[in-house]
Amino acid sequence: MRHIISVILEDEAGALSRVSGLFTQRGFNIESLTVAQTTDPTLSRMTIVSSGNERVLEQIVKQLNKLIEVVKVTDLTSQDHVERELMLAKISSTSKEGVDLKELVEIFGCKVVDVKDKIYTIEVSGKTKKINAFLDALEPSNIIEISRTGVTGISRGKKLI
Amino acid sequence: MELNGAEILVDCLQKEGVDHVFGYPGGAVLHIYDAIEAQDKITHVLVRHEQGAAHGADGYARANGKPGVVLVTSGPGITNAVTGIATAHMDSIPMVVISGQVPSPLIGMDAFQEVDATGITRSCVKHNFLVRDISDIATTVKKAFHIATTGRPGPVVIDIPKDITIAKMEKEEYPDSIEIRSYKPTTKPSNRQIRKAAELISNAKKPILYSGGGCVIGNASRELREFTQMLGFPITQTLMGLGAYPMTDKQSLGMLGMHGTYEANMAMHGSDCVVAIGARFDDRITGNLAKFCPTAKFIHIDIDPSQISKNVVADIPIVGQTAQVLQALIDELKDKELSDISNWWSQIEDWRKIDSLAYKKSPGVIKPQTVIEALYEVTEGKAIVTSDVGQHQMWAAQYYPFDEPRQWINSGGLGTMGFGLPAAMGAKLAMPEKDIACVTGEGSIQMMLQELSTMLQYATPVKIINLNNGYLGMVRQWQEFFYEKRYAMSYMDALPDFIKLAESYGHLGIKVDQEKDLKPALIEAFKQKERTVFLDIMTDPSENVFPMIPAGGAHCDMLLAGRDEMVSKDETDFNAV
Repeated sequence: MRHIISVILEDEAGALSRVSGLFTQRGFNIESLTVAQTTDPTLSRMTIVSSGNERVLEQIVKQLNKLIEVVKVTDLTSQDHVERELMLAKISSTSKEGVDLKELVEIFGCKVVDVKDKIYTIEVSGKTKKINAFLDALEPSNIIEISRTGVTGISRGKKLI
Repeated sequence: MELNGAEILVDCLQKEGVDHVFGYPGGAVLHIYDAIEAQDKITHVLVRHEQGAAHGADGYARANGKPGVVLVTSGPGITNAVTGIATAHMDSIPMVVISGQVPSPLIGMDAFQEVDATGITRSCVKHNFLVRDISDIATTVKKAFHIATTGRPGPVVIDIPKDITIAKMEKEEYPDSIEIRSYKPTTKPSNRQIRKAAELISNAKKPILYSGGGCVIGNASRELREFTQMLGFPITQTLMGLGAYPMTDKQSLGMLGMHGTYEANMAMHGSDCVVAIGARFDDRITGNLAKFCPTAKFIHIDIDPSQISKNVVADIPIVGQTAQVLQALIDELKDKELSDISNWWSQIEDWRKIDSLAYKKSPGVIKPQTVIEALYEVTEGKAIVTSDVGQHQMWAAQYYPFDEPRQWINSGGLGTMGFGLPAAMGAKLAMPEKDIACVTGEGSIQMMLQELSTMLQYATPVKIINLNNGYLGMVRQWQEFFYEKRYAMSYMDALPDFIKLAESYGHLGIKVDQEKDLKPALIEAFKQKERTVFLDIMTDPSENVFPMIPAGGAHCDMLLAGRDEMVSKDETDFNAV
């Protein structure tokens, strides 16, 4: 099962490699990993998407907690939460297909952020499923290049990590 | 007064109460050595190889419970120490390793003797630091000792670039204590879990206590004894836990696992309630997980939450320090009535009658088991015994019943050959009044021989019991059983004359090739209080370690000495109790 794990950790050199090293060392799977500063400049927030059964997930959470720099670990999947991913995609388009592309952009609520050399750069955000669906709707040969951020997430309402 | 970084570092070590540092100098740590030379509170032990420094500090820490301290240079200094650091990590030994690093501006430039020390050691330390500013030295050292010694202990590496040791600043006070917001190990158990555990324990009809290294490292021996005797339960100990409960006591079933006793393994297999205390269900203990303790409920006590339900799902997990948890259980169970377990004990006594450690002597050869029994007799069971890794390690664990914690020092987790000799040296420095025996083999001893030189320089007399059978015995045993006797590379040819070798290092060497000479030689060796004695004892090359659970077997699938068939007990035997 897919899990979204939020980690608050000290913003120190080496902390990221400690986390990624842990996943390789123990054979845990990483689908995506994002990291950036929080409102407290001494802390970073990391969002890891991983998969595994309950026992694997329990080990992931415990092993993350064991890292000295980790302050808090939460499995967002187990609670009410919002998740988003952002993708920038460069799509080539002939004029006829360009019409289709504009329709797609509208349907998926994307934004065209740049056009150059008949190549459209499109920004899509949403759940991973939505981004996958957008890509599926395109002619594969028209997809020039994509860059995805991986998932980030946050719990809903008053509950904090 | 202005001090340089090296002087601040050494000052911090003094304030931390460090009395021995095991190390080896080199370019990146010359300022630190200069500062060490200028003081006399800390004794520096100059090893002959950095792996010896790490094992030496490790043996010191295991013998007296204080953190071991290592000082090595950059590059090969720290890479040589890695095996010793990983050894300490696997067995949760408190250790602080200070490694020199090339000057900060050269980091990343492939400078002479540069390696990414924090990167290389990351997966085999509890934590590591790269010091980036002289003003960070004091807090980093304090944090390192705090992390190494609290919670589940382990090694911590501090990597210090040379320029930081040269820089100067007004002396910074060494903090008395330190708070790390992201590191707060749980020590006190939850009352709710204690009550649940007490309930299960008091209703158990076929209970067994299974205690591990956590009872030794956690100094829980007193509580373990009280708990075990109060309950009257059988207890089995892991290789790492031997001695926390006296092995000569009638409630002790000896060691469990791959080379454990018949009664210990059968009792685990038949139990309805296993209380794991500071043990981690290692694969050498459990054998085949699918067949492990088929009828038991598990109470798992450990300071490290990640050990719980890692290999075996715990029915009642209790996170906390072993000593505190046991004390809480003692208080909770004091007035509780327990189930009658006399039938269980009579079943266990029947298993005990099998006498799984019995072995046959044959004329003309010395059995390795006989050597350990003689060692036990001559030292009256009171020596600190270190070992290397292999058959001799198992025989020492089986035939020297340890009655005290910290009496048995071996590399259980990583299984590092070469550990025994430097560890014996470290143990002697920690416990100078104790007799120290290093049980080893002609394979293992050759991995750290050079430390014989250090042992002369620092006058650390130990008795080396070399069980010389000309084979890498454990490898040979597996090849005999599982590789149709194809003995690939397990024979040691061209061995040195160990007697001359010991003598050339300034020690005493005694060769023993007849059983009648064995005890007199041991007595003579231990009489030599001031000298290291190398006993080269020629033992039976074909002897195997029994009992043995072959890989993938269950606890009831044991090979016993002198039997071709595997002894497998019918399930109905368990139901009969």
